Amino acid sequence: MVLYTVQRGFHSLCKKSVQRLRFGVPTCYISQTRQFSGMSLDGLTESQIQVREAIGSICSKYPDEYWAQKDMEGSYPSDLHRALATGGWLGICMPEKYGGSNLGISEATVMLQTIAESGAGIAGAQSIHANVYAIWTFATEDQRNRWLPPIISGSQRACFGVTEPNTGLDTLKLQTQATRQGDKYIVNGKKIWISSAQVAQKMVLLARTTSLDQLDNPSKGLSLFFADIKEEDGVTPKGGIDLQRISKMGGRAIDANQVFFDDFEIPVADRIGEEGEGFKQILHGMNAERCLLAGEALGIGLAALRRAARYASERVVFGRPIGQNQAIQHPLAQSWIDLEAAKLLTYSAAKAYDDHAVGKGSSNTDVGAKCNAAKYFAAEVAFKACERAVMTHGGMGYSADFHVERYMREVFVPRIAPVSREMILNFISQKVLGLPKSY
Amino acid sequence: MRPSPARLLNILVPVKRAVDYAVKIRVNPQQTGVDTNVKHSMNPFDEIAVEEAVRLREKLKNSIESIKLVSIGPSKCSETLRTGLAMGADSAIHIETPDSAPAPEPLGVAKALRQIIAKQEVGVDIVILGKQAIDDDAGQTGQMLAGLLGWSQATFASKVDIDVEKKEATVLREIDGGSEEIRCRLPVIITTDLRLNEPRYASLPNIMKAKKKPIEKLTPEQLGVDLTPRLQTNKVSEPPKRVGGAKVENVDQLIEKLKEAGFAAA
Repeated sequence: MVLYTVQRGFHSLCKKSVQRLRFGVPTCYISQTRQFSGMSLDGLTESQIQVREAIGSICSKYPDEYWAQKDMEGSYPSDLHRALATGGWLGICMPEKYGGSNLGISEATVMLQTIAESGAGIAGAQSIHANVYAIWTFATEDQRNRWLPPIISGSQRACFGVTEPNTGLDTLKLQTQATRQGDKYIVNGKKIWISSAQVAQKMVLLARTTSLDQLDNPSKGLSLFFADIKEEDGVTPKGGIDLQRISKMGGRAIDANQVFFDDFEIPVADRIGEEGEGFKQILHGMNAERCLLAGEALGIGLAALRRAARYASERVVFGRPIGQNQAIQHPLAQSWIDLEAAKLLTYSAAKAYDDHAVGKGSSNTDVGAKCNAAKYFAAEVAFKACERAVMTHGGMGYSADFHVERYMREVFVPRIAPVSREMILNFISQKVLGLPKSY
Repeated sequence: MRPSPARLLNILVPVKRAVDYAVKIRVNPQQTGVDTNVKHSMNPFDEIAVEEAVRLREKLKNSIESIKLVSIGPSKCSETLRTGLAMGADSAIHIETPDSAPAPEPLGVAKALRQIIAKQEVGVDIVILGKQAIDDDAGQTGQMLAGLLGWSQATFASKVDIDVEKKEATVLREIDGGSEEIRCRLPVIITTDLRLNEPRYASLPNIMKAKKKPIEKLTPEQLGVDLTPRLQTNKVSEPPKRVGGAKVENVDQLIEKLKEAGFAAA
C-alpha cells in the first residue's frame, strides 16, 4: 500500500515537470471525476484574475519540491524574487512614475495568495512580502526617486525593523534609540524577528527619537527611517549593525534575525517624514499587511486542502479510497466552506482598504475591523485545513515528501503575526462592539 | 535608417481560446463533447506563434510595422487576445460569435481569416499560427488558408528567419526523420511547432499596457462568412482504461509471454 502511494507521488512529480515545459500533456487526458484544483474565482475582479493567472504561470516553475529543498537547506529562494522582479511584479502597488503599476492591495493580496497556494507557502510569500507595500506614502519625491526603482527592479530588497525583544504589540514602548547628531542619527538598541535582513540592503526602521518621559503624547516619540544596512557590495552589514539568525519552526528558507545596533549611523536624509511621526506612519501600512497575510494564509490552506483531497482519493485502504469515507471527506468539505468564506472576507477587506485609500466607502475603523477579521479568520481556517491535511495523510503527512507538514509548520506565521489573535479580538470587542477596553 | 514603407512587414497572428493545457478534461454525460466549464487559455501553439512574432520584431527592429492578433469565438476570447497583447502584439480583432454557437471548423476559420486579410489596408506579409489547437487537434487551418490565398506555406516551423530586403522567409521544418529547410517568398503562412521557442511570461507593466490596446469587434456576418459546421459529431468517448501489466520472473518468461501475445515470432 505504501509503495502504491509513493509511486503515485512520483507520477505526479513527473507530470509537474512536464507542465513546467509549459505543455506536452496529452490532450486526451481524461478523468472521470473532477479534481479539486484550488479556489473558485467567484467574486474576483478581472484584474485580480489576470494577476492570479500570470503569477500562477511564474510559480509553476517552482514546484513543491523546490520549496521543500529550500526549507531543508535554509537557503533563500532568490530565483522567485528575481522572476517576480523581472516581470515588474514588485511594483504592483507603486506609482507608475517609478516603474510600478499602481494597482491596489486587492491585487497584491491575490498575488501573495497565489504564490503561497503554488506550494511556495508562507516562505515564498515572505520572500517578497516586505517589498510590496507602502513605505513610499510618506516619502518625499527625492526619496521615492532614490528608493523605489531599485526595490521594484529587485536590485535592492527591504526588510521591516519594528518588533523588539522587550516590546511586541505595545509598539509605543519601543526602546531602540535614534539620537540626532548634526546631519545624522546614531542608533542603539535591538530588534527581533526581522525577516530577510540577511539578504536585504534596506531596512524600514522604527526607532525612538524622543524618550517617553519627555512626551505629553506618547504616540509622538517614534520616527521612521529607510536605512542602508549593507555596504556597497550589498552583502556585508554596515558598521554598527550585527545580524543573528534565529532557528525557527517553519519558513526556514527565509532568514529571521535578531538585529543589534551599536552606534549605527543613518543620514537625516533617510528619515521618512517628520520626526515623531513614525507611529502614525507605521499604522498606515498595518491594514494593508493584514490583508496580505490573510491572502497568504488562504493560499497555504488551499494548497493543503488540494493535497488532502488528492491523497484521499488515491490512497486505498480496505479496498477503497479513504476519501470514500465520510469521516475523511466531511472535514475536508468543511475546510473548503471555511476557506471559501475566508476568501470572500479577505477580498472584501482588501476592497474596503483600496476604496478607503481613494477616499471612498468605509471609515478607517471599519476598514481596520475588516482587515483584522480577515487576517484572523483566514489564518484560523487555514490552520484547520493544514492540520486536516496532515491527518488525512496519516503517517505520510508526517513525511516531508508530501509537503503538508511543511504547510503545517508555516501556517503558524499568519496566526501569530503581525498581530496576535487576542489583540484582534480586543480590537473588534472595543471598536466594533463598543465594549470597554480590556488591556 | 528606417526602411521605406514598402519594406515594412505586417504580421497577423490568429489565436484560439482552448481548454487550458493543464486541465484534465472530462467527456460530458451526453457524450457530445468535453466539459468546457473549466479554465481556458490561449492554445499553446498559438502562444508560440505570438512569441515568434514578437521575437521577429525584436530581431528586425523597425522592419516590422505591426503585429495584429485575431480570434474567433465567444466574448471570453477577448481575454485570450489581452494575453497576446500583453506579450507584445499591437492590436487585435475579435470575430465574436454567440456563446451558444458551435465551435467553427478549420475551413470556416480559414475563410474568415482570408476576409480579415483582405480587409487590412496595409496588407499582411506573414501569418503565423499554431500548427494545431490542443482541443480538436485538427491541424488544418494554416494549410487551408494558404490554399485559399494561394500563398507560400511553411508548416511545423522550428526556426524562422526573415530577409526583409528580399521579402523571403527561411524556415526549418520538423518532418519525419529529421528537419527540412525551405525558403519561400512572402507573403507566407507559417505554422509553429513545439520547439520553435519558449513563450515569455507577460510582465505586469505590459499586462497593464495591454488593457489600453485596441480590440476591434467584428461578426461573421460583417465578414460575409458562414461558420456553420459541416461535420457532425456522432459520439465522444474516453480512451479505454489502461489495463495493468503483470510481472515476469526472468527473460525467458518474458519472451514466452511476448510469443503468446503474438508480439514475437514463435
